[in-house]
Formats: sequence, structure tokens, C-alpha cells
Amino acid sequence: MSAPVIRYIDEPHPVTGVTNGKFGLWLFLASEVMLFGALFSSYILLRVGAKSWPDGWERLNVPLATANTVVLITSSVTMVMAWVGCKLNDLGKFRFYMGITVALSFVFLVIKTIEYKPKFEHYQVYFYDGATIPGYEELTTITGHLEEDDFEKDYIVFAPDKKQPSQTLPDAEGHGDHDHAEGDHDDHGHGHYADPIQINRYDIKRLTNFGPAHSNFYAIYFTMTGLHGLHVIGGIVVNLYFLLFGAGMFRSNIAQFSNRIECAGLYWHFVDLVWIFLFPSIYLL
Amino acid sequence: MGGHTVEEIKKEVRVYITVFVSLLVLSIATVLVSKLDVSMTVAVIIGMAIASLKGTLVACYFMHLISEKKAIYAVLIITVLFFAVLMALPLMDYQSNEAFTGRA
Repeated sequence: MSAPVIRYIDEPHPVTGVTNGKFGLWLFLASEVMLFGALFSSYILLRVGAKSWPDGWERLNVPLATANTVVLITSSVTMVMAWVGCKLNDLGKFRFYMGITVALSFVFLVIKTIEYKPKFEHYQVYFYDGATIPGYEELTTITGHLEEDDFEKDYIVFAPDKKQPSQTLPDAEGHGDHDHAEGDHDDHGHGHYADPIQINRYDIKRLTNFGPAHSNFYAIYFTMTGLHGLHVIGGIVVNLYFLLFGAGMFRSNIAQFSNRIECAGLYWHFVDLVWIFLFPSIYLL
Repeated sequence: MGGHTVEEIKKEVRVYITVFVSLLVLSIATVLVSKLDVSMTVAVIIGMAIASLKGTLVACYFMHLISEKKAIYAVLIITVLFFAVLMALPLMDYQSNEAFTGRA
């Protein structure tokens, strides 16, 4: 008995009344609250200070996000059921519910990918004052699909969306050059595009996809949902470990193992909790 | 989080299922309510109220905060305090803007 022993991993510490692992996990979650809190705070600051702000439900895919809400809530309840499986000393039950939890986490990521992808494939081009684009003379910006962007040529080939952003007058809503593109999601089938046109590069003030660099709105959207997505990946790694390699400890030390599952659960519920606030504040408000 | 006898655990499971169903209902409610034609302020209040209710359910029942030890509550009280400060920061900027430019 010479190796150092970490104490209070399967019995409560007399001072805190909880195991060291659980206390440490809560301290970690406290720091996580501050991490996401800082981002929420920045979001409020940028949004309140902006002259105009796009409507999340027009820009983002609400049905997919709603589906992901259901997926995450369900995975939270299966996570807690996995812990119940440990408490009942029922390995089969633990494996069943933990398996569903991990599977649902992957479903969340797949839906997230489907949600992200069209935004990187959908483009917006802003013109210099005085540029006249045949067929789009009235517009200072158009959205659509970038068909060809060959740097050898002094033009790009662009298939505009049939439905163009309704242009706001420079002073009507404040920001003239900030478009109100509608539904940049789901519009990536070719049926949605008008015939491709050539646009001279010297007419182009800015060409951007709907990625994080597009505007503050997309920067916030990708930063916050992206960080949350990374947390989901973290949860998958931990839960997969317990699912695949944890069974040994289930048999040798069930008390410590259920504490581990409880801690993994606390983290997973926190990830759910963050989404509960992210979903309305970014997609719906 | 009591629940060590099989009976107690079964009772807890019923609570989890109830919370789960409530969360689903509230999620759908949040989407439906967002379609209402109300002012931004009202929409934010309703949206955040539902989110807070859902968050409380998850924290209290899934994370067992309804019956937790004092040490954990102590950590969380400090967290809530600092979180409130973080949320108040944009407000300070808003006021200083007003002071400098005479407009919000």
C-alpha cells in the first residue's frame, strides 16, 4: 500500500458532504456557467448596440433546431436512466440507456451538420455604388449560389436566388447595407436559383458566404452553437468511454462507478441546460 | 438525492418521466409562443421565462439540486452572483453610451 490514494471517491467527504468528484464537477460547471455567460453577455451587448438585427427564425432553420431540442432533452432523460441502472445494479439497463444517450448525441451532431452546411454554400455579394448588374439594377446586394470563382478571370459566375432579400431603405431601418435575406437555409436546390449571371470583380464590394464572417449575427450564431457542439462532442467521448470500457468497474466497484455516471450526467444535463437557453435566444427571439 | 432502495428509485423514475414530458411540452410551447405577434420586450420576457422554467426543472430533478448538500449550494450561489454581474455588464455600457452621446 504505497501508491497515493485519492480519497472520498466513493464516500462523501466529511466537510462537503459529497464525493470529491462531484464537488469538483460542480466547480467545473460553475466555470462553464461563466464561459457561456460571457458569450451571452457579449451577445446582448452586440445586439442591443446594433442598428438592426436579423430575425433568427428567418435566417436559421427552426425546425431542425426544434428537433435537436427534443433530441437533447430525450438524451438527458436517458442519461439519468443510465444512472438509475447503476443504482439498481443492472448492467443491461445501464448499457441500454447509455447506448441511447450516446446515439442521440450523434443524432444531434448530424442534425447540426445538416443545419450548418447550407450556410457555407450560400453566398451574398455586395456591390459598389453605381454598379449596375443587368436584371438586378435596383439592388445593392444579392444572394445566391457561387457557381464559379476563378481568380484568373475578372468576373465571377453567380446564380442569384429567385427570392432576393427585400431591400431596406438606408434610413428606414438604419442599416442600408445590411440585408434581410430570407431563408438562407433549405434554399440550396437548383430550382431556387435564377439563371447564372456574370458579375465583374470591380463591381464587387464584398463577397461572403453565410459563415461566421458574414456579420455579427452569424459570428454569434456559429460561436455559441459551435462551442455548445464541442461540448456535445466532449460528452460523447466521456459517455462512450463509460459505455465501452466502464463495465469492469461496474462489477468491481459499483458505488464508485455510479458516482462517475452521476458526474458524467451532471455535465450532460448542463449541456442540455445551455441549449435550453441558446435555442430561444438565438433562433426564436 | 435519496433513492437507495428499489422502491425509492422507482418513485424517482416516475419523477424523471414527468419532468421529461413537461420539458417536451414547454419546448413546443416556446416555439409556438414565438410566432405570436407581440413586442420584442414581451417576446424576450416570455421566451426567457419558459427557458428558465425548463432550466429549473433540469437543474432540480435531473441534476438533483432539489436535495443537494450545502457545499454545492454555496458554490452555486457565488456562481449566480457572478453570472448576474456578467449579465449586468451590457447594461453599464448602454448607460455610458447615453452619457457620452446623449442618446441610447
